[in-house]
Amino acid sequence: MSDHSSEAHSHGSVKSYIVGFIWSVILTGIPFWMVMTEAFDKGPTYITIIVLAVIQIFVHLKYFLHLNFSEQGKLDTYSFIFSAVIIVMVVALSVWIIYASNAMMM
Amino acid sequence: MSALLGKLSWDALPYDPIVIGTLCVVAVAGCVLAFLLIKHKLLGVLWNDWLTSVDHKKLGIMYIVLAFVMLIRGFADAIMMRLQLALATNGDPGYLPPSHYDQIFTAHGVIMIIFMAMPFMIGLMNIVVPLQIGARDVAFPFLNNLSFWLAVSGAVLVNISLGLGEFAKTGWVAYPPLAGLEYSPGVGVDYYIWALQISGIGTTLTAVNFLATVFKMRTPGMKLMDMPIFTWTCTWANILIAASFPILTAVLAMLTLDRYLDFHFFTNDGGGNSMMYINLFWAWGHPEVYILVLPAFGIFSEIVSTFTGKRLFGYKSMVWATASISILGFIVWLHHFFTMGSSANVNAFFGVMTMIIAVPTGVKLFNWLFTMYRGRLRVTVPVLWTLGFMVTFSIGGMTGVLLAVPGADYVLHNSLFLIAHFHNTIIGGAVFGYLAGFAFWFPKAMGFHLNVKLGKAAFWCWLVGFFLAFMPLYVLGFLGMTRRLNHTDNPDWNIWLYIALVGAFVILAGIICQFLQLFVSFRDRNKNLDTTGDPWNGHTLEWSTASPPQYYNFAELPVVSDIDAFTDMKEKGTAYVRKESYAPIHMPKNTKSGVVIGALITAFGFAMIWHIWWLAIVGLAGAIVTFIARAYTSDVDYYVQPDEIAQIENEHLDNVAKG
Amino acid sequence: MSTTHMNTHDAHEAGAHHDEHHDTGGNTVFGFWLYLMTDCLLFASVFATYAVLFMNTAGGVSGKDIFELDFVLAETAALLVSSITYGFALICAFRKNKKGTLSWLAVTFLLGAIFIAMEIYEFHHLIVNGHGPQASAFLSAFFTLVGTHGLHVTAGLIWMFIMMIEVTKTGLTGRAVTRLSCLSLFWHFLDVVWICVFTVVYLMGAI
Repeated sequence: MSDHSSEAHSHGSVKSYIVGFIWSVILTGIPFWMVMTEAFDKGPTYITIIVLAVIQIFVHLKYFLHLNFSEQGKLDTYSFIFSAVIIVMVVALSVWIIYASNAMMM
Repeated sequence: MSALLGKLSWDALPYDPIVIGTLCVVAVAGCVLAFLLIKHKLLGVLWNDWLTSVDHKKLGIMYIVLAFVMLIRGFADAIMMRLQLALATNGDPGYLPPSHYDQIFTAHGVIMIIFMAMPFMIGLMNIVVPLQIGARDVAFPFLNNLSFWLAVSGAVLVNISLGLGEFAKTGWVAYPPLAGLEYSPGVGVDYYIWALQISGIGTTLTAVNFLATVFKMRTPGMKLMDMPIFTWTCTWANILIAASFPILTAVLAMLTLDRYLDFHFFTNDGGGNSMMYINLFWAWGHPEVYILVLPAFGIFSEIVSTFTGKRLFGYKSMVWATASISILGFIVWLHHFFTMGSSANVNAFFGVMTMIIAVPTGVKLFNWLFTMYRGRLRVTVPVLWTLGFMVTFSIGGMTGVLLAVPGADYVLHNSLFLIAHFHNTIIGGAVFGYLAGFAFWFPKAMGFHLNVKLGKAAFWCWLVGFFLAFMPLYVLGFLGMTRRLNHTDNPDWNIWLYIALVGAFVILAGIICQFLQLFVSFRDRNKNLDTTGDPWNGHTLEWSTASPPQYYNFAELPVVSDIDAFTDMKEKGTAYVRKESYAPIHMPKNTKSGVVIGALITAFGFAMIWHIWWLAIVGLAGAIVTFIARAYTSDVDYYVQPDEIAQIENEHLDNVAKG
Repeated sequence: MSTTHMNTHDAHEAGAHHDEHHDTGGNTVFGFWLYLMTDCLLFASVFATYAVLFMNTAGGVSGKDIFELDFVLAETAALLVSSITYGFALICAFRKNKKGTLSWLAVTFLLGAIFIAMEIYEFHHLIVNGHGPQASAFLSAFFTLVGTHGLHVTAGLIWMFIMMIEVTKTGLTGRAVTRLSCLSLFWHFLDVVWICVFTVVYLMGAI
């Protein structure tokens, strides 16, 4: 009885945590290395670390938080997607608004 | 300043005669109330059956009581302002000095939005939504109780500010640098911050609670697109709360850090940017107004379909229109500060987005009209409010579209035109909606009918009063009068200010009618009992229960297959089936933890306001410990036994048969 | 209010409907997930504020001057490893392995504590050198963003400690496993937020 009551939110296997961990190590190591060694120009570095961060977030969502589109799990996933959309809109628009108003003040 | 009492001293007590007079009246009223409760031996009932209740129906009623109590104070503020402006013409100073007047318009806004409209909406949602989805309670009953007490905590802090210290003088939006420590060194802004922060957390928890309830606890067979329309609009409102209130939490926390620890988020020096406050505040503030109005739209949908006897026209499009309004509501917020000085492209984008919102709103209006078309509309009090809303809100919506044009807004921003617009939509939309819902669901919640004559009188006073009070403000806006003026000296404005004052008194008459209605209805309750539970021939599941509902709501969870589930059951003959036997029902027990945490958090808030650090620590630590202790209590539920269920059900079914 | 009621345990034996408390653990975890979504928005607001204020250094230090990336890398490693050790703890919990659960929780707690200790050290170092949050808008935003994350981690550690006591005293009950599931969501979510913090604050600040 008690097992089933929490099983609605799926939990992973040892394998999923290990796979997620390895990916995360790679996706963390590369950006830190790029910035600390200054091996590349600023522009490509910026873009790369952002892209890798986004990918690592997905890795965490899949392998640690076990988000999926199954019958049981899709509600959690859609809640997250909705929140993410709102976050992107609010943050992006806020940054645009303030940067534009700062520019008008120069 | 002392370690024991922080900034609190005798100076905190009021010296203004109006304030002292008010406090005396409140003290007397409080004593009378306490005396009556003790005399009729109601303290035990109050504590055991109400204050510690985790029952959504009781919590809903208490939220609405809170709303009505705060309406008195919020409206008193309004009358005082109208009176001041009517008197203080041609350079006359009037009777309210600016330092007092500024607190009044600030408190008026905070109270009406946060402590009147929100509790009213949350109260109706609490009573109705679990019943409409065929559930026995919300997902987290204790959290529901806690949310209520956090709302009360905020209200208590706002009320304490009247007697100890001062309230903010910044307007209800509290922009820095005015709201920062340099320009508001007193306790006023701190009262504002903690009242909003504490009640805001309660509201966020309510949203989480109701979303979990609606997504996980619908009765078998009820798909999302079978849910009653009121439940749908509340669900979108809850999604908006969950998405927007954290922004308010963050921005108030940052203002707090600026004020308490000398941070530089919004200060003039140190690189602060006060425009970021305005930006984040309104990123919350705009969704907030949709949070207020969407449930009202849902109420109107229920009322129109019930009193025309027809299925709601375009149910699916209503749901999608609500969804679009919700999502669009997140990308329009800059229209509250077109004039703040962002670029033309920014203004253009937000102006266009704001105008687009009028489209789904229009869809809803047409759906209501189509529902009424060829229906036989019974003009009851809820319907009167609905018709009043349609006319009033449409005007408010149209002035909103005008304000959405950045060029026009540059002239009209912060003028009385704006004030007229938002009162038009909030009163015409949200308040009329809640009053309609109040009239509609009162028999269900309380078990007896409201006096109809006084209900109609209240409506007409509100409607006429509203137009008299606010149409002049549109004119004044065009004539150049700005908001938050303490006195005026433009003779062209006077006549409109006088008419607005008359309007305010007509609304006051409406409010008095409403309180009178409550008194008369209570007095005559035994002559006006709702015996069947279905006084309006309702469509949705709440009408299948007794009035007031059985405390466990449903003896057996109804199985549903379509919208208007109860109409479906009545047509199929499955509505009132007497069962052979019932299964035990699992119910949560009442708890004092919510009251205790609320009290400790109030102490914490008060202590933070007055810099009484030891009390702040005690309050916060105490609240956390109480919460954890509650988590480890095992005596939190019980089972209702079949024989009791059978007795209650049979009584209800007998009454239905008789009625 | 009912006066004739049995306690939960007896009612079970009386053949209570299991529907009545069907999957309430699942409801709790879902409700907690929704709360986490609100926490995401809270962090987003603080991130947005950092994004508009990080250049406002008021003539003082900027990120490049004060961020030590090797230190941050070590913190990141601690938190990342703690994420999988928590995962292992939860797997033990679902398998009803009390000893395994407690061991992995202890390791997670230790790693989390190391993370916090390092963060406190960093903050203290900055403050004594005159680079506290009162010095500029950039520093106010930095301390608040990183500090809010740190406060959440601290709250998680306190919760973890309480859970270890609960599991020790009353074992891996349904309630305990539900709570551990909630804490797992919380812990992993904090690691997700940290990805954003080290990328946006530290790495971008140091470029």
